[in-house]
Amino acid sequence: MTQPALSIPQLPPLAARALRRLPLTPLSFSLTAYARRIAKHHPGLFRRLGEFDHTRFVIDPTDLPFVIEMQPNGGQPKIKVVRGSGQGEARIAGPLAGLLGLVHGAYDGDALFFSRDLVIEGDTSAALALRNAIDDAELDLSAEVAQISGPLAAPLQKALSFIENRTGVSLSRQDELEVW
Amino acid sequence: MEIVCPAGTPAALRAAVKAGAHTIYCGFADETNARNFPGLNFDREEMREGIAFAHQHGSKVLIAINTFPRAGSEAIWHRAVSDAESCGADAVILADIGLLDYAARNHPGLRRHLSVQAAAANADVVNFYASEFGVKRVVLPRVLSVPEIAAINADTEVETEVFVFGGLCVMAEGRCSLSSYATGRSPNMNGVCSPASHVEYHDEGGVLDAKLGGYTIHRVGKEESAPYPTLCKGCFTAGGKEGHLFEDPVSLNAEKLIPQLDKAGVTALKIEGRQRSRSYVAQVVKNFRAAVDALDAGLPMPEGMLARLSEGGAMTTGAYKKTWR
Ligand code: SF4
Repeated sequence: MTQPALSIPQLPPLAARALRRLPLTPLSFSLTAYARRIAKHHPGLFRRLGEFDHTRFVIDPTDLPFVIEMQPNGGQPKIKVVRGSGQGEARIAGPLAGLLGLVHGAYDGDALFFSRDLVIEGDTSAALALRNAIDDAELDLSAEVAQISGPLAAPLQKALSFIENRTGVSLSRQDELEVW
Repeated sequence: MEIVCPAGTPAALRAAVKAGAHTIYCGFADETNARNFPGLNFDREEMREGIAFAHQHGSKVLIAINTFPRAGSEAIWHRAVSDAESCGADAVILADIGLLDYAARNHPGLRRHLSVQAAAANADVVNFYASEFGVKRVVLPRVLSVPEIAAINADTEVETEVFVFGGLCVMAEGRCSLSSYATGRSPNMNGVCSPASHVEYHDEGGVLDAKLGGYTIHRVGKEESAPYPTLCKGCFTAGGKEGHLFEDPVSLNAEKLIPQLDKAGVTALKIEGRQRSRSYVAQVVKNFRAAVDALDAGLPMPEGMLARLSEGGAMTTGAYKKTWR
């Protein structure tokens, strides 16, 4: 009884290899600043996490050479990018495009889980709470980046939607009626 | 026919409305609701806003207050009924006979539906709930065949609603305590079956163990779908044989039976899945709306494309076509 495979784009190994050289400390700082911005715009996301708003999550994009440790920290999120397997109470692992697609409503979490494109380990309740909170927040990561890009916003969004169209990776919020 | 769609979050409610849901059902974020899952459900303000949004777009909202109140804590359930009315709900879905009585006496203007958790499976009991507590609609348990549903409808004026899509709870609803044995928590008392708080997955070399309360409920190989360890859908060994003792981990899809259910006098078709994402809800609603619109227009049923959305990818028409009884 095998699930029909969802075709989730994988990061080409060459690109993944290039990312190995990325300095992780500045990346962690930028992602923390970015996450705090999102927290400010979407306070409901942290409310929805309820008792898990201080849980340490490990987000593991399996096609990247690092993992993301994410602490919601009651609405003051902290992000640390580390090599290796990372430390936390709940781990959510899957291809980067699958994780981005979940955030943008392009995929259904349960469907990805049943098809084993997504793997959950550790505190299952915490992982579900995070998934549900993110689904409700209707995030648009491209729009959030554009908002902090000043005059570069328009060309940046154009570039992102070009990449989105070329690669099939969901980089912005999807209309629920159009996906799949 | 009316389609009744799930919403676990305000975003899912809006997605269901936009996808054409006639009616949405949802619940408060507490134990009054049989889908009391982490990160799901509505606080009072979200409920008020969600209902206002649905009403603006011509959709109705039903609030499920369908667990069984604990002795001494009835006030939590009473408050939920009164808040449902003040939030503007079109009806409440209740299971407990005491709560039905309370709602009928104290909120007579609030329409009452009987939850599937009440397991009303024959016309006599349906008529009893109607005459004693003014119940206007009953959600039938998923153990009846289409002719049995037709027989009930022939003997009652009460509207009937049946499940057509989503996860399958195979027992006579409201009577199953399996989950309590492994976790101490059950749908009837706590609003959760096989709760995520007791679930653990272990993946070793592609072999995935799904455990509930420390018991291995499922073990699957690399190429198989990941199971959720719902107790009744587990793979067990008994009498030297290994298999799904109660039910296969399949999903209900009765979309092909819609014309027959219509002929059987069913008023509303219910979709399970308050724990699913907003995009899932939108897709399923869109498909079922197209199906009932086709039925109303006398056109053939559109071909289904919902297989990918189901648990394990396998579908069943459940008891509607079962012959084992
Ligand atoms: S164990 Fe199965 S039959 Fe029992 S309540 Fe849970 S889903 Fe329903």
